[in-house]
Amino acid sequence: MMIQALAVVLMVAGLGFLMFGTLGLLRLPDLYCRAHAATKCDALGAGLTLLSLAILAGPGGDALRILALIALVLLASPTAGHALTRAAWHAGVRPWTRERGDD
Amino acid sequence: MTALLWAAVFFLLVNSLACLWRVLAGPVMADRILGANVVATNTMLVLVLLARLLDQGFWLDVAIVYGLLSFTLTLVASRLLETGRLRIEEPEP
Repeated sequence: MMIQALAVVLMVAGLGFLMFGTLGLLRLPDLYCRAHAATKCDALGAGLTLLSLAILAGPGGDALRILALIALVLLASPTAGHALTRAAWHAGVRPWTRERGDD
Repeated sequence: MTALLWAAVFFLLVNSLACLWRVLAGPVMADRILGANVVATNTMLVLVLLARLLDQGFWLDVAIVYGLLSFTLTLVASRLLETGRLRIEEPEP
C-alpha cells in the first residue's frame, strides 16, 4: 500500500512536469526559451512517470526494461536539445530580446 | 490504480495535441522539431502505460525502440538543419 502511494505521488509529479513543459513550449517567446522549458521538463517528467511505472511493475524483467528506458530518456533528451539548439544557432536563429519587441 | 493509469493516458494524448500546435505554428523549423520531440516522448510514455494496462509485456520493447528512433530522428533533423538542407522560414534580421 505504501509502495502504491509512492507510485501515485511520482506519477502525478511526472505528469505535472510534463504539463509545465508543454505550457512552456506553447507560451515562451523564443526557440531557446522553449527548448529550455521543453527538454528539461520532458526528461524529468518522463523519468518520474517511468520510475512510478517501474515501481508498479515490481521486481522482474519489466521493471528492468523500464529502468533501461529511464536511462535512455535521461541520456537522449539533453543531447537532442543541445544538438537542436546548436543547429538552430548555426542556422542563424537569434535569441529573443525585449528590445526587438516582436513577441 | 487502473483509473489513474487511463487518466494518465488521456492526459498524455491531450498534452500531445497541445504540442502539435507548436509543430503546426512554430515560426522556425527547429520549433517544429522540438514539438515533434515532445510528442514522441509522450507517445513513448503512452506505450509504457498501455503495456501495463493491457498486460502486454513486449510493448516495453516497442517503447525502447520508439525512444531510440525518436532520438535518432531529432539528431538527424538537427544535422540537416545545421548543414542547410532544411529551409529556415525566419528572415535574416
